[in-house]
Amino acid sequence: MQCPYCSNPLDFAGPRFQRELSTDEWCRVFREAHELGVVQLGLSGGEPTLRSDLPELVRCAHELGLYSTLVTSAFRLRKERLAELKAAGLDHVQISIQAADAELSDRIAGTASFGDKLAAYQATRELGFPLTVNVVLHRDNLHQVEALIRLAERLGAERIELANTQFYGWALHNRAALMPTREQLDRGWEVVQRERRRLGSRLEIVWVLPDYHEEFPKPCMGGWGNAYMTVTPAGEVWPCHAAGRIRTLTFANVRDRSLEWIWNESDAFTRFRGDAWMPEPCRSCERKTKDFGGCRCQAFLIAGDAGLTDPVCSLSPHRPLIDAALAEVEVNTAWTYRAAPASRVLAGG
Amino acid sequence: MTPRVAAKARLQWDGVRNRHILLYPEGLVALNPTAAEILGLCDGRRTVDEIVALLSGKYQSQDITADVQELLAGLAAKGLVTYDA
Repeated sequence: MQCPYCSNPLDFAGPRFQRELSTDEWCRVFREAHELGVVQLGLSGGEPTLRSDLPELVRCAHELGLYSTLVTSAFRLRKERLAELKAAGLDHVQISIQAADAELSDRIAGTASFGDKLAAYQATRELGFPLTVNVVLHRDNLHQVEALIRLAERLGAERIELANTQFYGWALHNRAALMPTREQLDRGWEVVQRERRRLGSRLEIVWVLPDYHEEFPKPCMGGWGNAYMTVTPAGEVWPCHAAGRIRTLTFANVRDRSLEWIWNESDAFTRFRGDAWMPEPCRSCERKTKDFGGCRCQAFLIAGDAGLTDPVCSLSPHRPLIDAALAEVEVNTAWTYRAAPASRVLAGG
Repeated sequence: MTPRVAAKARLQWDGVRNRHILLYPEGLVALNPTAAEILGLCDGRRTVDEIVALLSGKYQSQDITADVQELLAGLAAKGLVTYDA
């Protein structure tokens, strides 16, 4: 899969992600996470089904009582493999799709994968898994919101996650090609509201806000170092899946430190925990307990300093940088697919 | 109408939080002891009336009908409890 909005780091093909944790190391990480109070485990990537020991990892997680979700593209994922994961105790499957029809979905993915996805949806339901259909929305597929919801309904999914593109990783690199118009977003949101009324509790429709178009920032991760951590394939621990890009933070590795120490003591997790770090306009703002100053990654990537107010906020002096990006929607550009050769070029440059 | 915990949800003891929790895709509900006891009886065979009767026998001084109904309605709205006909 080569989706141009991938949240993976641009340098995913580089040395930082090469030495993957072993089965035993992952199981130790799961145990340490469980002891810290973690109850939800998302097995993501890259593509987690490429790990041949995935059933063993799922079994470790299941024995600890973790509620496990497989986050997969389902490319070349066969029913036998899913059955193996079910037997190992996997709880929930989330499968992405790029659009509601094969032609567009395959074009966005950069890979002929629509058929595999439909087969995997069917297999998932036949095996009795709860299913989440995940779609990243952007300029080229926002017109399909209704068709996507109908597809998820037909597939018997429990949830559909309509995630408007968040601009990190490859999505930030391809921002000008992905940015939707205000009209597209308004129409999509109207459809979501109508379909929610029609479907009730039969299908949960999650709508992830397009934060550039908002007046105030998102409450990113429910607050920094509050309820979430990402462990990379090579064992670095990040406060979110994009935080590794913040060069001014030091990230510890589970090969060197316990997860408990990393969570409670490490630079990366303590730097922006709570609100003592906040500058104005956050410090004196009553919204700081609701949005926690927004996203640290966005502050770093757009405003150049992870310790600033999220530039999405209309009160931020850096908001004009976001408004300039919104104007990019008029620019007709092509995107770069997420692929290893492009990663090496971008990371080297 | 016999309630049961939905297939996508799992009721379990959490030794870190020292309470029962109900886990489901991307979330959890922390339960007080009464709620955990009620859910533990939702096996798809007992009716709501039978669950109320069982618990009323145990807690003789209180009427827990409203507690049971409120809990199950709240969880059913989130799709975490389903009813067998």
